[in-house]
Parts: sequence; structure tokens; C-alpha cells
Amino acid sequence: MILDIKGLRAGTEEGEILKGLDLSMNAGETHVLMGPNGAGKSTLGNVIMGSPAYKVTEGSLEFEGESLLGVAVNERAKKGIFLSFQNPLEVPGLTLEAFLRSAIREKSGKPVKVFAFRKKMEETAALLDMDMAFAERDLNTGFSGGEKKKAEIFQLLLLEPKLAILDETDSGLDVDAVRTVSKGIRLFKENGGTLLIITHSTRILDDLDIDRTHVLVDGRIVHSGDGTLVEEINAGGYAKYLGA
Amino acid sequence: MEARTDNPIDISEDRSGGLIPEVERGLYDFKDEERDEDFLKAEEGLTEDIIRFISKEKHDPDWMLEFRLKSLEIYNRLEVPDWGPPIDGLNMDRIVTYVKPKTKMSASWDEVPEDIKNAFEKLGIPQAEREALAGVGAQYDSELVYHNLRKDVEAQGVVYTDMESALTGEYSEMVRSYFMKLVPPTDHKFAALHGAVWSGGSFVYAPPGAKVEIPLQSYFRLNAPGAGQFEHTLIIIDEGADVHFIEGCSAPKYNIANLHAGCVELFVGKNAHLRYSTIENWSKNMYNLNTKRAICEEGGTIEWISGSFGSHVSYLYPTSVLKGDHSHGEFTGITFAGKGQNLDTGAKMIHIGKNTSSFIDTKSVCKSGGISTYRSSVEIRKSAEGSKASVNCGSLMLDSVSRSDTIPAMDVRTDKADVGHEAKIGRISDEAVFYMMSRGISETEARAMIVSGFANPVSKELPLEYAAEMNNLIKLEMEMG
Repeated sequence: MILDIKGLRAGTEEGEILKGLDLSMNAGETHVLMGPNGAGKSTLGNVIMGSPAYKVTEGSLEFEGESLLGVAVNERAKKGIFLSFQNPLEVPGLTLEAFLRSAIREKSGKPVKVFAFRKKMEETAALLDMDMAFAERDLNTGFSGGEKKKAEIFQLLLLEPKLAILDETDSGLDVDAVRTVSKGIRLFKENGGTLLIITHSTRILDDLDIDRTHVLVDGRIVHSGDGTLVEEINAGGYAKYLGA
Repeated sequence: MEARTDNPIDISEDRSGGLIPEVERGLYDFKDEERDEDFLKAEEGLTEDIIRFISKEKHDPDWMLEFRLKSLEIYNRLEVPDWGPPIDGLNMDRIVTYVKPKTKMSASWDEVPEDIKNAFEKLGIPQAEREALAGVGAQYDSELVYHNLRKDVEAQGVVYTDMESALTGEYSEMVRSYFMKLVPPTDHKFAALHGAVWSGGSFVYAPPGAKVEIPLQSYFRLNAPGAGQFEHTLIIIDEGADVHFIEGCSAPKYNIANLHAGCVELFVGKNAHLRYSTIENWSKNMYNLNTKRAICEEGGTIEWISGSFGSHVSYLYPTSVLKGDHSHGEFTGITFAGKGQNLDTGAKMIHIGKNTSSFIDTKSVCKSGGISTYRSSVEIRKSAEGSKASVNCGSLMLDSVSRSDTIPAMDVRTDKADVGHEAKIGRISDEAVFYMMSRGISETEARAMIVSGFANPVSKELPLEYAAEMNNLIKLEMEMG
């Protein structure tokens, strides 16, 4: 198992959000996490990544058989966990390229060869039909919502994590961004990546081979099924799972 | 959100794979052992005898001795400024004002004495020269000991020499007519002090139409305990000429209060262009009371690029006097105030000519209890119809014990002017640090990258090796407690 969560309880000072959550994933699988607003979907992504905004009070959280509790955020990233943000932060004065180079150097522990890295960026941009001018702009600064999403997928493909958690709950993406995100997800999957996709939108899931679908209600996974569950929920909503 | 996490964020500092891995704090704190017998020191304290001694040592022309004595008189009369950070730690009676290595100007690197060379090696001067910079005038304590100007620059008639040579050489009359005319000794107490004891510095003259494509550079540092440094920089850019001058400063650390009261006077002629860049990194006990001023004739442009690091107390407000119509002034600067530092910096723009324009963009960073005050003044005189001024200042506070103040002044005497001001004070958001860490970057590194990004408007204006040095300095400041 690549990810194994048992009885996880976590929250902020304002209250508990995850209330005994269980979830396990095998390497190479694609899971979809759905649920009504406020159920704790984004919190789960943040807690797996180690966000300082949340505190884990109970349960276990393991990645490749090792506990992540107490492990620093950057160390989790180095182990191969990636979280795409709903609202990626802007860092003026730091180019996306420079940021990625630092991230890759931290991960590999070796200096990044500028030319080879540029080439790889160009290839990745081409695969995603993205303009390379992207890489020279300041990280997420002044990017539109769609551009930020595309930049996150661009980072995903260059950083090559083992597990990618894609938080797509507030999609509202334009057609162009949806296409890029979908393409990126497929490429990542083809290369053997494990995916946990948090979403409402089915557009990015079109033609995607889904292994498991989970319904998260009030901090717990109340129902799991295969890929067809996505269609089912889209048609019928969460009504039958509420108050479960 | 105050909530704690399952992983406490106090990650142990990972310095192994830093953004700029070659950083060595020692580089900026080194000092060579100076043997006293190698140096002629003025007696401590400031008297007429000392002024005469300095003047004699420097083989001043008569007018300069008179100028010095007059300045001393003004110095004794004026009060210490009382409106800025406290400078009571400064005891002028203890400042050795004049330290001179027993070395004559050297024409080639090989002739520079070994210990002085070592200091320069550590500061990267010869490398910089090898990288084809236009000229090197490096100052060791009070005297220039090494100076070289590229042939192609020389062929255009550009003069770049030390002030002492300029004072007695071919350009002596020019020096006499410009010296401390823009910053008169009556300006303030430390300008008067400068007039009395100034020593060393650079002189640049660019004749009409000369275009110097590569920057002229000079490197200053202090290396004797208790030694003040009062270098004078005089740059005259004639009509239509274009020059970029860079000054880098660093100083080793000492316990005795050190004073720096330099003076920079920049004369920008009609349709001329001067970019004046400085990276200053003073030791943390330095009182940096520097006066910098430029005056632009019709259609002239002055651009200041300034990075202020180090010092215990700084008063620094480069001033642009936009005298000619259509002249333009720009100031882009960053100040970094760490533990025990009180830096009062900013810029001044004085619009006199019609349709003049100015632009101020400053950044300040403070951490570990450092105090950073941004003080600017934009003055638009009645005569300056059709002028435009824009002031933009941003502050970044890295913790809650540091302090950042903004004191912008605007004095507009005509309706026919357009002025704008914007100020922002911010902190590094936890969310931004989390975001960067989620890509594998350590917390220390993430913070340093955010600060470097904040400083980017300044570093992107600098030549590559200076930008790298500034990023090094930021990283060092970030790592220090």
C-alpha cells in the first residue's frame, strides 16, 4: 500500500473536521474523493501534505509503510507526495523556473543541469500545449485561475511525485485549462503515478480509468465504490449518503 | 489560523543544499592583521592640527587646506541631527579619521602588497576585472591602491581616477569648481566633517557624447579598528554621455564604533544618462551617515540602484535635483535591517524644471528586532509645471519583534503636477511557506526565496555578479539570528 490512513482525526482550534477517516490506496491506482461542501475533502489533502493549519489528534497516516506524523512538509514532498492547491500562492520576483529548479535540487540533493532542465521543461510544456513563456513569469503572480491550474499540472509532471493529490473542488475552469489538467493527469497516470483526485467536476474525469470512488461526509468516508459511482452521484447527488 | 499541526514547523535548518550553496559568512567578516608600523595614523580626535596633518600628508593644494579648515569650523558649530535614529554611541574623539596604507597607487595587480591583495581576493576584485569590467578602483581604507581603466573606455576620453590624483592632475580646476558644491559643508554636521577630513574616493569625468557600455566599478571597505572612512565620489557626465558606475562596499566586523561619512556628488549634463549602483554591506557596528546627491540638467537622467545591508545605524537618502526641463530621476532600493540595526533610509526628489519626472521604488525588510524606517521626500516647486512623481514603498516584516515605519513627505507647489504614492507593509504568509514546502523546499529556503523575490526589483537592475552577491547577503541575513 502506498497510502494507508486509519481512524484519522484532525482539525483546527475551531473544531474537528476529520472524524475517524479510513482510506487506503495501492501504488498506481486512481481514486476519486467526492462529497458535499464542508465535508473535509480539502482538509484531507492538506493533512496528508502536513499543513500547519491542521492538527492531527488521533489515528495513523502512513506513506509506503512509514508514518508521516511529525514529518516536515518538505520531507513529505521529498518522499514523493504532491498536493496541487486550489489557490496556488503567488511569489513575486521568483520565476516558476527558478522555483522548480530549487524544488528539484532539494529533492535530488544534486545541482540541476540548466540546459537539460530547460529541455525537459520545453518537452513538458509541449505535451501540455503550454507556452514556455509561463516558466519565465513570476510564480503564479498575476496568473488567471486557469493559468494557475495549468502551472500546477506543469509542476506535477516535472517534480514526478509518487502520489499526487489534486484538489479540484472549486473547479470553474475554462475549457482550455480542463484540457490541460486532463492531459496532465493522463500523462502522470501513464507513468505509473498514484492519484487521489478531490473533485465535483466530472469533466476532468472523462475517459479516466478510475479504480475507486469515495464519498466523504462529515469527516468520514461513508461509502466507496468503483468508477461508476461518480456517474451515480452526479445523477443523484449526496442525499442518500447524508445522515448515514 | 493559529492551529498547530501534526508536524511542528520548526524544521531544523537545512543548509546543505541551499539556493546559493557557496555562502560563507566568513567572507564578509574577515579582517587581515594589520601591523601598526605599516600605517600612519592621525592622532585620535579632531583638531585643526589633525586637519593640517591630513592635508599635508595628501599634498593638498592650498585651496583644499582652506576648504578643510573652513569645514572644521562649520563642523564645530553644527549640532548632531536629532530627528533620526540615535547616534550617541558615536564618539568623534575616538575616531581615527585617517589611515593610510604605505602603498603608492599600483598600475598592475602584481605590485599590490600581499595582505591587501588577500583582502581583495576575498572580495572578488580581480575576478571581476577578468570578467572585463571597465575599470577597477578599489579602496583600501583611505587610499586607492589599485586602479585600472580599460583602454577602449580611455580612448573615449573618459577619466576614472582616485580623487587625490584628480585634485592635483589635469582635472584639478574641474574638481575645484565642482567639489562639495552640490553637498556644501553647511548641509549638515557630517557633511562638514566630510569636508574637513575627506580622504580617498573616485573621480569620473565623461566628455560629451561618451558612451561607456560596461559599468565602471569601485569597491570600498574599512579595515582598521576605529577608522572612519570619508571617501568622496565626484562624477561629472557631460552632455549626451552615458555611464554606469557601480560601488560595492563591505567591511569586516569590529567592536569599536565605526563611522562612515562619505559623500557622493553626481553631475548629469544635458541629455546625459548616469546609472549609479551601490551594494553596501557595512559591519554591524558601523554608523553610516552618508550623503549622496545628483543634479540633472535639461533632459538628463539619473538612476540610483541601492542595496543597503549591515551597519548599526544608517542615515541615507540619495537626493536627485531635477533642475533642467524634462530631466528624470529614478530611485530603486532595498534596505535590510536585522538584529541591533536601525536603518533610516529613503530617497529625495526635488523637481525644479518643467516636465520633470521621478520614480521611487523602495523595499525594506526587517527581522530579529531590526528597525527600518523609510523616509522620502518629493518636492515639486512652483516652476516645475507638468511634472510627474510616483512613490512606491513596500515593507516586509519577518517577525513581530521587528519594526517598519514609513514617513513619506510630499510638497507640491503647483497644480500642474501629477503625484502618486503607494505604501504596503506585509508579512510572509504561512500559507505561502506551506505551498513552497509542499514542493520539497525547506522552510528556511522558502522564506529566503520569498525575500529574494521581494528584493528582485532591485537585483534585476544589477549586473549578474552583484545581483548574486546581494542574494548571498540576503541569505546570510536570513540565516542569522
